[in-house]
Amino acid sequence: MTLPSFDALQVGDTIPALELPPVSRLTLALYCGASGDHNPIHVDSDFAALAGLPDVIAHGMLSMGWLARLLTNWVPQTAIRDYSVRFAAMTQVHEKITCTGQVTEKFEVDGERRVRLTLTTVNAEGQVKLSGEAVLALT
Amino acid sequence: MIDRQYIGHTMPPFEVLVEKGRLRFFAKATGQTDPFYTDEAAARASGHPGLPVPPTFLFCLEMESPDPAAIRNLLGMDYRKLLHGEQGFTFHRMAYAGDVLRFEQRIEDIYNKKGGALEFVVRKTRVSNQRGEHVADLRAVTVLRHG
Repeated sequence: MTLPSFDALQVGDTIPALELPPVSRLTLALYCGASGDHNPIHVDSDFAALAGLPDVIAHGMLSMGWLARLLTNWVPQTAIRDYSVRFAAMTQVHEKITCTGQVTEKFEVDGERRVRLTLTTVNAEGQVKLSGEAVLALT
Repeated sequence: MIDRQYIGHTMPPFEVLVEKGRLRFFAKATGQTDPFYTDEAAARASGHPGLPVPPTFLFCLEMESPDPAAIRNLLGMDYRKLLHGEQGFTFHRMAYAGDVLRFEQRIEDIYNKKGGALEFVVRKTRVSNQRGEHVADLRAVTVLRHG
């Protein structure tokens, strides 16, 4: 995988989006097992109903994993210096999520050329579920 | 109200083995199809010693603590009122299948908003490998909703 060109990138540029299939119960069950997060709110609709929710909700960290895929589809993982998100809204089962990233800053630290990206996951209606940012090294 | 005396409190460190099968399972669960994350030959062809730990899987490994409820219980937080508010990672070097990672958790801050209706606990976790090399720092913000 080759790094995007620091010189060619400009603030405001967007990186290739990642579109996920609608969130399925199978995906949530797999993530429950693979992540080790066994909170029943993500897989047991009876438990979700008792908690006052219409249905099970996706793990926030599953969405953060998708956003990480957005990054590693664009740069090798070794380029990621910093990556953080805020969980703004719950992602419901059946929602169709899209991950996006946009360059907001180009800078240099310790002789290393870096870009800062803002990141979001949104549903089909454009509601923001996660908002975050990443710092990537491009030299 | 959570006792503020716990700001700065450190938890007993613990170590977790990175299992190859779990990494493949995680790739499947997150829809990751890049062979770099599932095929050792592909990972080696890219100059890595084995299957890499993907960025957010460090959080999952942190949950393999011998007592995942330790901080919750120490601070007397009801899990039904907890939300994961924020999560961050600062990466220093890659980790791989077969590594034994050490997790050192510290309660960095406790504060409230909205007149105490919401309380926030900031946890910082230093991750290092079996050679003592610094792998990453994790930052988690947990929100406790009152009422």
